[in-house]
Amino acid sequence: MFTRPENLSMYAKETMRQVYQIGIGSVLIIAIVSTFVGAVTAVQFSYQLLDIGLIPMWWMGIIVRDSLILEMAPTICALLLAGKVGSNIASELGSMRVTEQIDALEIMGVNTTAYLIGPKIMGGLIIVPFLIVMAVALGIIGGGVAGVLGDFFSIADYIRGLQDGHEAFYIVIMLIKCYVFAFIITSIACYQGFYVKGGALEIGNASTRAVVNSSIVIIIANFLIAFLLL
Amino acid sequence: MIEVRNIKKRFGTQEILMGISTQFQKGKCNLIIGSSGAGKTVFLKCLVGLFNPEEGDILYDNRPIGSMGVKEKKKLRNEMGMLFQGNALFDSLTVEQNVRFPLDMFSEMSLEEKTERVNFCLSRVNLENANDKYPGEISGGMMKRVGIARAIVMNPKYLFCDEPNSGLDPKTALVIDELIKEITVEYNITTVINTHDMNSVMGIGDKVTFLHQGYKHWEGSKEQVMEESENKELYEFIFASDFLKKLREAALKNK
Repeated sequence: MFTRPENLSMYAKETMRQVYQIGIGSVLIIAIVSTFVGAVTAVQFSYQLLDIGLIPMWWMGIIVRDSLILEMAPTICALLLAGKVGSNIASELGSMRVTEQIDALEIMGVNTTAYLIGPKIMGGLIIVPFLIVMAVALGIIGGGVAGVLGDFFSIADYIRGLQDGHEAFYIVIMLIKCYVFAFIITSIACYQGFYVKGGALEIGNASTRAVVNSSIVIIIANFLIAFLLL
Repeated sequence: MIEVRNIKKRFGTQEILMGISTQFQKGKCNLIIGSSGAGKTVFLKCLVGLFNPEEGDILYDNRPIGSMGVKEKKKLRNEMGMLFQGNALFDSLTVEQNVRFPLDMFSEMSLEEKTERVNFCLSRVNLENANDKYPGEISGGMMKRVGIARAIVMNPKYLFCDEPNSGLDPKTALVIDELIKEITVEYNITTVINTHDMNSVMGIGDKVTFLHQGYKHWEGSKEQVMEESENKELYEFIFASDFLKKLREAALKNK
């Protein structure tokens, strides 16, 4: 895989295609899910904290912000992308294998692993962090809107919480998760798709394996990152 | 010229090719025939380097592929073109982009030069005004033509065709056969064709190699195929239908 590209501009073009396919294709679903995850986080925590009554409600800004940055946005987005992007990559490569398109590239003299897998991994590494940062922003907005609409806290309280005691290191942890999860999603899907043997049934199986395996690895990696860095 | 020296290939314990030696001449259509499971596709994939044979060697104009380094192999592959059974066109690219792909990847040409070359190849296979169509929007015969255009766009020295007529009606199959023959002669290419189609054998088979159970069972020209009656396996394969048997009898009678 690690050889000099035959034509760098073709690799760059393919990487940008992947960025577009992974990124633009996933914006809507990430936006919807993250907004509601933020909203549900705000509502659930507010409900629990109101019962206890000892914790000031402006803390909700801190809770929603930190839980989205540290856990909700990276993990939930990664699991969503594992389903959407992972299955897409595995089935695309699988059908290329079954229909001999990969053989055609080999015979032309193209380094197929580098040309087909490299841009997909690179595309994921470029765009997934952007998607997750967007998810955090929308989740925070969703949390604020839900909290205010539910009359759990005022917008001023929420903003005060968001601005209070911010840990820059949490952003570093989030970015580490972004890159690790992006690599897991794309590399597992590429592996499953690239080595498909058989026909349509095997493409479906490879696609399923890509989603299941990457979801499991994401959950384990999420635990390890949290365990080691927090 | 391609020279094959005693190649053997096995998958696990199953031996597929059991020591095949032959030569494929330049400027000629060299046909490989044989029933399903005879080892034709594995043989072709060994020829193009998709499979590595366990024993033996393949020489491309006296250059043994077995002892080639990565760079030499890459260079050799730039001299090859292949038409696949299922066409293997890239679904996400248009006809023009499919044919242009090898040029984009390996040539230093400007976009204008590439477009000119692509249009020339497409007109050579009698396919014009389809540049912007996607593979899913054209017929099987047109896809074969695009496959041929893509295979010849880099001016290959060696052209490989795996079942070029599969899935085509007899008339289109003849057109594709004639096209391959014309291109082979015109550009003096060494063409190797895997086929089941007896029309191809009789039409363009300058040299016919018959594989049976992993062995080279017979070799000769299309004229010799008609006269061959001693080789039982070949006879049963070629003249499987009553129609062809009667045709052969009539041909021999007229002779």
